[in-house]
Amino acid sequence: MTEAASRQVVSRHTTLRLLAVLTVVLAPHVSHVPLWATALVVAVGLWRAGAAARGWQLPGLAVRGGLAAAATGGVYLSFGTLNGQTPGVTLLALMGALKLTEMRGHRDHMVMIMLAYFLLVTHFLFNQEVPMIAFLLLCAVLITAMLTEINHPQGPLPARQTLRSAGVMVAQAIPLMIVLFILFPRIPGPLWGLPSDSGANAVTGLSDSMSPGDITNLSQSDAVAFRARFDGPLPPPNQRYWRGPVLWDFDGRTWTRGEAANYLPPARLTDIGDPVDYEVILEVSRKPWLLALDVPTQAPANGVFSAGLSARARRPIYERKLYRSTAYTQYTLDAELSQFTRNVATRLPSNRNPDSITLARQWRDSAGSDTAFIDRVLQYFRAQPFVYTLQPPALGRHTVDDFLFNTRRGFCGHYSSAFVTLMRAAGLPARVVTGYQGGESNGDYFTVRQSDAHAWAEVWLNGRGWVRVDPTAAVSPERVELGLGAALPAGEPVPGLARRTGAMLENLQLRWELVNAAWNRWVLAYGPEMQREILSRFGLGDWRSMIFALVAAVTVLLGVVGVWALWQTRPARNNDQALRLWNQVSNKLRKHGLERAADEGPRDYTDRVVAQRPDLTEPMQRILRAYLQARYFGTAQDLAPLRDAVADLKT
Amino acid sequence: MLRWLLHPLNTANRKIESWVLRRVKRQPGPVAVSRRRLYILPTRQGIVFAVMLLAMLLGAMNYSNSMAFALTFLLGGLGLVCMHHTHGNLVNLEVAAGRAQPVFAGETALFDVHLHNPSKRPRFALAGSFERGVALPGYADAPALDTGRLQLPVKAQRRGWVRAPRFAVSTEFPLGLFHAWTWLELDMQTIAYPKPEGTHLPPPPADGDGSTASTARAGDEEFAGVREYAHGDPPSAVHWKAAARTGELVVKQFSAAQRDDLTFDFDALTGLALEARLSQLCLWVLDAHTSGANYGLRLPGQTLPTQSGEAHRDACLQALALYQPQNDSAHD
Repeated sequence: MTEAASRQVVSRHTTLRLLAVLTVVLAPHVSHVPLWATALVVAVGLWRAGAAARGWQLPGLAVRGGLAAAATGGVYLSFGTLNGQTPGVTLLALMGALKLTEMRGHRDHMVMIMLAYFLLVTHFLFNQEVPMIAFLLLCAVLITAMLTEINHPQGPLPARQTLRSAGVMVAQAIPLMIVLFILFPRIPGPLWGLPSDSGANAVTGLSDSMSPGDITNLSQSDAVAFRARFDGPLPPPNQRYWRGPVLWDFDGRTWTRGEAANYLPPARLTDIGDPVDYEVILEVSRKPWLLALDVPTQAPANGVFSAGLSARARRPIYERKLYRSTAYTQYTLDAELSQFTRNVATRLPSNRNPDSITLARQWRDSAGSDTAFIDRVLQYFRAQPFVYTLQPPALGRHTVDDFLFNTRRGFCGHYSSAFVTLMRAAGLPARVVTGYQGGESNGDYFTVRQSDAHAWAEVWLNGRGWVRVDPTAAVSPERVELGLGAALPAGEPVPGLARRTGAMLENLQLRWELVNAAWNRWVLAYGPEMQREILSRFGLGDWRSMIFALVAAVTVLLGVVGVWALWQTRPARNNDQALRLWNQVSNKLRKHGLERAADEGPRDYTDRVVAQRPDLTEPMQRILRAYLQARYFGTAQDLAPLRDAVADLKT
Repeated sequence: MLRWLLHPLNTANRKIESWVLRRVKRQPGPVAVSRRRLYILPTRQGIVFAVMLLAMLLGAMNYSNSMAFALTFLLGGLGLVCMHHTHGNLVNLEVAAGRAQPVFAGETALFDVHLHNPSKRPRFALAGSFERGVALPGYADAPALDTGRLQLPVKAQRRGWVRAPRFAVSTEFPLGLFHAWTWLELDMQTIAYPKPEGTHLPPPPADGDGSTASTARAGDEEFAGVREYAHGDPPSAVHWKAAARTGELVVKQFSAAQRDDLTFDFDALTGLALEARLSQLCLWVLDAHTSGANYGLRLPGQTLPTQSGEAHRDACLQALALYQPQNDSAHD
């Protein structure tokens, strides 16, 4: 825009409309930024609207500077940092609002509109669900309409006009967006690192430690942990164990991987059965675990195994991740156990849980075999009044003793912890495995939620390797067969989707889940790997051919838009038949240098032609009479004489 | 060479511009803006927009955020689509020369330029300019199948013909991201009369009877009858009452006007330079016209007989504006 235009005054209606558009654009951030920031933005916006409507004076530099400093200080006080996703967005929204206090001319409005486009992108750091695409398009049309309005210096166009024009442009941009989305070569992120609160609304995934009480937090959330799709049939419910961190070390309260786990030899699988192939879309967990169906032979997605066949990515998961994996439900894991591993897997904290240890040794002695001992323990869980609950009472210093003999109320963490303690006390190598168990199937997809988090045990048996034992199943088989909602007593709060009842609502919810799953699978997880995988099917695997295809596709699409624009601006067909015939006369005489001038009337032109070409006097006079008759006195039926006269003109 | 290194874009721009300008021919018009004569480049705001998109793209890559990619690509597509819309706002427009009122030297002539939109799609925010990117104040819209009007202000430096220079019709509508323009030179001219300067009437004596002219002031003449209306008579001179009575247009005649026929003689103004003489004569013509006097103008080689009325005044002023001194009688 030119200098003159940049100084140009903007109508107050335009300012008010821009404020309305900014309100729509900023609205979803209300749930992310602190209350005081929302209040400040709203106050400044309202004040600016008042200033536009009433012509109030805008504040001076000192006031604006003071407000900016106060806003920055406020963000720092609220978050303890200016760095990070939420503080950054808060600061951006506040600065945008403060920019309103100095928004006068065309250029300031232009800056606000650019800022509005930029603010739009910040929403997707918090939410990328399906409805956001509608919000994106709505805001894009609104902001673009504002931009159109600003660029009509004679004053605001009717909103209908600008909205329509913006709608057409955004609609034409959508095919380009799709082509760019698919073909623009993606590179693996991040480029410069992510703030610690990236994906701020994501639920944190499985922790790598477990002290009874922790998993409660997970179970309360029905956020999706991951979705899976099996190439073949779904494995039966009692085999739907998704392996996460394996915990070896117990200090009496908390299970952790432990230092020793770093030195354990890698796991060895033998006697494997049929493979189960599947793919997983892992949600943001901010943890490195790559959940895999028990048991994987290879860590998926270029991950690595840590001790106990627990797959982990090289860095925490801050973006949805799609990977393929293969599981074997029949296997022998570690047919041989090294002495070192055996030591690590039988270690117990000293001076803790003396009663449990004593009991375990008694049972082992009386049972006669390892398997009989395990059955004895599970029998104990079954026979005694153990209750599966997400609201267990607090446990004392001897957590396992307290749980086994006093409270007898707990969830998977309590049962697995107690079970492994009993195993180790009897000298059996055992470990806690955490992960997810269960999930629900809808259509192609199998959805596993945070409420499906689970912990179970593995016991090493001579000749059979590590064997999975789920003590929770002994207490509450429904937990394993039917899921958390079924396992809990009716009075307990569980996440809405964990308790699977209400056919109608559930059906709708599952359908919506299906849409979400497809969205996640095809759109949100579309990254460098998936792009290469999909495009290589069309021979566009490398970035060179991607760019070539991209340029070709964009050129074609833009060409279509260009042809459309030319078609729109083509001169309308001349409906004045008499005039068209009259113009033919001039065309016929052009080669004789007797073209009609633009401002020449019919009589003047005829006179000029006749003066130059006396031989044309008779036909020209005839044409003139017919033309004047048809043009000024006649109707469409009177065109015949003119048409004949023009046709008869022989130059 | 150094300029190329320091300002490669500006220099390239200037080179292209001079090449483009060489191709502009003066035409009578109307000129349809064809695709071949239409140029389009991003504006500064377009570049800011592109830089913002680049920042968004880097952010999307960093966060591997699919929706951020989608928005970035949507806006990128929007920018590209906007280019066609800006182009379409100008292409096929018909630019025709309009009228320009005569001015006095030193004043600014306003050339009307008609922008006819032959299509059914309205066009908005069309600007005129003499220098690319520096839009003249006053934008025009051209509704569907209708005509908008721009005015080109051209300062008349001296008397004589004023030709409209080469100008651009440009637009940045709808999004201000692209600047589309076309260069035109339409055969438009108007006349600049000499700047009226010098002493007001009475003029110096010509034919010896000029001294009486000092008493000839509008308002104190005697009414001396009516004559038939002639084209060019000012409406104020029409005897409306008589016209209402008789149905014929008659013009009031005043004795003073009859008595004090004036003749302004170029050669009588000795001691003044050529332009100063013309300016003086111009002022007297205007004064005489205002007072309603009959007057004549005598220039070397050209005499306008004594008469009154607007047409006469304009003829006198035009003669003054276009007066070319003959070599042998050059006085200055």
